[in-house]
Amino acid sequence: MKRESPPVAEIVLQIDGKAVKATEGMTVLQAASSATISIPTLCHHEKLEPYGACRLCMVEVEARGRKSYVVSCLYPVARDLIVRTRSDKVDKIRRVILEELLAHAPHSPELMRLAQEYGADKDRFEKESSFCILCGLCVRYCAEIKGKNAVGFVDHGARRKIRFVPEIASNECWDCQECFALCPTSFAQAAYFLTEALAFPGRRKAWTP
Amino acid sequence: MCSDKIDQILARHRGKPGALIRVLIEIQHEKRWLPKEALAKVAQALEVPLSRVTQIATFYKTFSLKPKGRHEVHVCTGSSCHVRGAARLLAEVQRMTGLKPGETDSESRFSLETGSCLGSCSLGPEIIVDGTHHARMTPAKVEGVLKRYS
Ligand code: SF4
Ligand code: FES
Repeated sequence: MKRESPPVAEIVLQIDGKAVKATEGMTVLQAASSATISIPTLCHHEKLEPYGACRLCMVEVEARGRKSYVVSCLYPVARDLIVRTRSDKVDKIRRVILEELLAHAPHSPELMRLAQEYGADKDRFEKESSFCILCGLCVRYCAEIKGKNAVGFVDHGARRKIRFVPEIASNECWDCQECFALCPTSFAQAAYFLTEALAFPGRRKAWTP
Repeated sequence: MCSDKIDQILARHRGKPGALIRVLIEIQHEKRWLPKEALAKVAQALEVPLSRVTQIATFYKTFSLKPKGRHEVHVCTGSSCHVRGAARLLAEVQRMTGLKPGETDSESRFSLETGSCLGSCSLGPEIIVDGTHHARMTPAKVEGVLKRYS
């Protein structure tokens, strides 16, 4: 008997009233974007492992008559799943998330644009300008794509933050800086230059003229 | 000598990234803190990125990146001890040692920490010195307890 690799199960689910074909193992976000249905994301990056930090991609799902709210960048597709990417409740969840993030990074263009779309009030919560929204894009990009680990998380809870490791950053960052463009708040860039100024001023790997 | 000990610990776990937390715990026990050089050595020996080592070392309260005193004093500030007067107890420990939570005195005698529930509510309010529970403490008894540790 000829051995065949198991067929990849095809799944049909419903997103915003549209029947969408997906394959097993895909996330709802992937299925949606294959059908050009857009869901807002902050911590998602195609080339990186799903992370689920920002919760902005929250959607409403309904299966066997039960509704729940899940992060679409992690939630796997399932047969007959009904997904709603916008509803009053979904919009409200996103609005509150944005209002909380804006307390940390009130001037982030990306957040301001989303705030406008969802009617989020940037002044709803008292400012606590940490500038970083802990999306982890810089940290994960540096680890997963570049394999350099020049930037990482330190501390925990409300004090959690990113930090460039001077020992690594002084050798690796000057020629790369690719995380700067990924950062939704420009904090990655600020943190790098602060680290450089404090820990290795002028010792960055020299550029060849 | 201490550095020898660290090398011994590392030798047992060389090339094993999974042993990271274990190694940090062993070094913490040995030195009572995690010096920066030790973190760099751990990263190298276990083949774990330094940023990862720093993340773990700063995440858990068990680890200290500052030198600790010879004796670790924990005052329980959990709800149960709180209603039984933990605040007054803490104030007295602070007055006697001259330390705020998180600090160590210049002679490295005591380090002071608080914890929200140290797990012995029926004995509260309590302070724990080097792992020994001192139960039903009152501010008046603090001096007697701390004197035993030099
Ligand atoms: S610095 Fe920017 S990219 Fe990095 S975790 Fe913070 S917000 Fe995200
Ligand atoms: S994009 Fe899904 S949680 Fe951030």
